[in-house]
Amino acid sequence: MTDNIITVKGLTKRFGNFTAVNGISFSVRRGEVFGFLGANGAGKTTAIKMLCGLLKPTDGEAKVAGFDVFSQAEQIKLNIGYMSQKFSLYSDLTVVENIKLYAGIYKLSKQEIKSQTEHLINKLGMQSVRNKFIKSLPLGWKQKLAFSIAIIHNPKIVFLDEPTSGVDPIARRQFWELIYEASSQGITVFVTTHYMDEAEYCHRVSIMHQGNIEAMGTPQELKAAYQATSMNDLFLKIVR
Amino acid sequence: MVDISLQNVIKTFGNVTALNNLSLDIHKNELFGFIGPDGAGKTTLFRIILSLLLPDSGEITVGEIDVKKEIFKLRKIIGYMPGNFSLYEDLSIEENLDFFARVFASSIEENYDLIKPIYTQIEKFKKRKAGDLSGGMKQKLALCCALIHRPKLLVLDEPTTGVDAVSRAEFWENLKKIQKQGITILVSTPYMDEASLCDRVALMEAGEILSINTPKVIVSDFQERLIAVKATNIYQLIQNLKSYKNSRTVFPFGETVHITLQNESAEAKKDLIELENYLSTKQKCQVFYIEPNIEDCFMELMKNR
Repeated sequence: MTDNIITVKGLTKRFGNFTAVNGISFSVRRGEVFGFLGANGAGKTTAIKMLCGLLKPTDGEAKVAGFDVFSQAEQIKLNIGYMSQKFSLYSDLTVVENIKLYAGIYKLSKQEIKSQTEHLINKLGMQSVRNKFIKSLPLGWKQKLAFSIAIIHNPKIVFLDEPTSGVDPIARRQFWELIYEASSQGITVFVTTHYMDEAEYCHRVSIMHQGNIEAMGTPQELKAAYQATSMNDLFLKIVR
Repeated sequence: MVDISLQNVIKTFGNVTALNNLSLDIHKNELFGFIGPDGAGKTTLFRIILSLLLPDSGEITVGEIDVKKEIFKLRKIIGYMPGNFSLYEDLSIEENLDFFARVFASSIEENYDLIKPIYTQIEKFKKRKAGDLSGGMKQKLALCCALIHRPKLLVLDEPTTGVDAVSRAEFWENLKKIQKQGITILVSTPYMDEASLCDRVALMEAGEILSINTPKVIVSDFQERLIAVKATNIYQLIQNLKSYKNSRTVFPFGETVHITLQNESAEAKKDLIELENYLSTKQKCQVFYIEPNIEDCFMELMKNR
């Protein structure tokens, strides 16, 4: 019995004669914080879309949360969480309305929705803004709320696509504490970021370049292997 | 020599104060950075300097030009690269560049030397439509279009947001080249590490300037002694440091966690040993003093607001 929550073998996606993802292979363990790094246009978003069941691969194999990306895309969607910087919450709905909406989409019972709503609002200290529109909140608050909502159905894995872009430095760190907490509860966190200090917070990272995974390992291993002083230095060495 | 001067600039949107009584001077040919998160007021400030938005009150001059009154004089001498890609996606690289040159009654040939170091990086794709370019190439094209009329002032709103570390490094190299041509550059960014690449920076948060100076002086103004702790399990380390009775701030920083203390003893070494002793019962780690960086300073200033 393996403890891997994601297993990917030779996963490939071609658009016409352009190969966006070129036969990548890796696995991610339960509860791991996995940093999926790479340059713009390296194929990260395409790979994530395939893993979330939103895009059919051209070739290869992948299982996410025990389900096959080719034949069980709908089950995958029910068993994962997802948030991005660009779109996470509805700005014209209030804090409470957003929580209830997503809890409903993920088929929580009425009882669960009620208790989860109170639990989240208390945990995030958002009592005073519970009936405020999302658009009136600072970005840092929104992102913390969006993350908590993305795991409201207690998924096995959550995908985070640049969740902290533009967030202030204190809120960015509070956000990472939420990530650690989720990870310690057994939720796998699959995250992309352009902040190289955040790459250090991951248990393992992979670095993608032109559709391939060029390097993978713990931050310490990779820095040692490439004689890099920091993750930023490592990234420049691999991608440049 | 002062190139841009702002005095008591206030801008509100409904009951939100976007800029809360800002005053500052920017020197000629300076590479000046506005560092701050989303919502700090960076874009609003730029739009006011560029005459795209009127302040509720306050005075702004660029060179000899009164920004509120002499809009058309101003617009001839400024180049602006907004935060979202604003070129014509249906036009090719070359057509976009030609269009922007002609709007300013100039031509690509006339100022080619200025854009050459950047344009040569995308020139071989010049027949390709702007909409089909990668993020990095779009950014280079946008920079060329903002420069093609040889402005005296170049304003770049978050040019590196969402851009990978390699393209960011290249972009800053290009900015340094442009600065050498005598152009004053204002640039905003949420990446604190980019502050050190500017001549001077303003750290901004919620419509206010927390500090304004050279990156060196801002760092030297940090009052606390900063300790870094290194361990393999960072989450556990954060919890342990937060429950340390003498801890004042605890912030993760890459592979270390930075901590400042409530009560510092006269002898710095003593604080280290005490912390080491406390941690030795919990987990294996290294403890040492470290120089603060801009992000440490930013968080300290945010905390003291």
